[in-house]
Amino acid sequence: MFAANFEYLRATSLAEAHRLLAANPGAKLLAGGHSLVPLLKLRLAAPPAVIDIGPITELRGIAGQGDSLRIGALTTHAAVAASAEVRTSAAALAEAAAGVGDPAVRNRGTIGGNIAHADPASDLPTVLVALDAAVVAVGPKGERTIPAAEFFTGIMTTALRDNEIVAAVVVPMSKRGVGSAYVKFAHPASRYAVVGAAARVAVNKGTCAEVQVAVGGLVPHARRASAVERALTGQPAEAASFQAAAARVREDLGGDVNGDVFASAEYRAAMAPVYVKRALAAAAARAGLT
Amino acid sequence: MKVPITISINGRARSAEVEPRLLLVQFLRDVLGLTGTKIGCDTSQCGACMVLLDGIAVKSCTCLAVQADGCAVTTIEGLASNGQLSALQEAFWEKHGLQCGFCTPGMIFAAYELLRTNPNPSPEQIRHGLEGNMCRCTGYQNIVRAVQAAAAAGGRA
Repeated sequence: MFAANFEYLRATSLAEAHRLLAANPGAKLLAGGHSLVPLLKLRLAAPPAVIDIGPITELRGIAGQGDSLRIGALTTHAAVAASAEVRTSAAALAEAAAGVGDPAVRNRGTIGGNIAHADPASDLPTVLVALDAAVVAVGPKGERTIPAAEFFTGIMTTALRDNEIVAAVVVPMSKRGVGSAYVKFAHPASRYAVVGAAARVAVNKGTCAEVQVAVGGLVPHARRASAVERALTGQPAEAASFQAAAARVREDLGGDVNGDVFASAEYRAAMAPVYVKRALAAAAARAGLT
Repeated sequence: MKVPITISINGRARSAEVEPRLLLVQFLRDVLGLTGTKIGCDTSQCGACMVLLDGIAVKSCTCLAVQADGCAVTTIEGLASNGQLSALQEAFWEKHGLQCGFCTPGMIFAAYELLRTNPNPSPEQIRHGLEGNMCRCTGYQNIVRAVQAAAAAGGRA
């Protein structure tokens, strides 16, 4: 497949990227290319210019920042999945990153590119929404922090402005007694999520003290499952509670479920409680281990 | 507008002026005539186009040639040295890890990537590591055996 032609520009600093963005209306940013290049090849995107931000080294890497981890936008899925800090403090994110596509895709695809494209079947948005993560967006006049739950606004649509660049994702670290997990029904060819569920559960003396849950893959954008959260909070951390709470996800989905030739909306909706239950059980089990 | 690029291909610097939309796999096959790298699905799923980019396995159908400017690329043509097959190539031959051979260059690089991160994988881990590569002939059994044999023989190189 051949993309439509475009002008290729390369930025080696955020300042240069902003200058190029301002000078080239309609330009798209290129990081690892594993969301954008497929769109270009299918001609679903045909921008006049592509600005390669791959060389901006300041956007790469994982560092502690208070009670959170700051993950640079150009950090690959492979690096996120392999990070000891992420695995310990945000297990759900490591799990999701390890399940994106396949090893070669994870070597190129980046966390910033992934969320900026906001594919509804992507794994990372679901985890970021569940974990109360935030997106650091940098514009020409400074940066702002957007809660993940407000960042994703629709299919392939985010709150990012035309002149903003995703610089990092900030993920709160799990404390003692808190566990998180991500599980998905993966499409057998692409590994995209047909249904994805992420959970973070704080367990105190056998009771689910705090519960955060999000679903993705089957809805236009990742969203919190607040009915599930309310149903499980204060309940014993055991299989019967997980199952009862997970059944409430139907209330969170509403009528807004995606269907396609692979899996109908009805089927995805029927699978949602199954995967939410598994995510809750896995997160609670990890809470007991820390 | 064309862009000048220089990529080290199998240890030899190759320069060209390319359209920005040219994929790395098209550069290898159509510009350089290195047709060992295949185009299968062209949608980053089948793995037939895998090569090493700065030593790391990537799908060259989902990488622009301009993104590889200044990098080192290894294709299947560059794996043997002085006529001597690499351990992985030898193992795929010995264990009959191929039939038509179309997926084999990509399979070998997927196995290379796996052994880079896990030198002694279990059969289960091998299957998981080859998840991004499709073979329509072998049923995978002999491919798994080939990767096991290469690991036992001391690695990927």
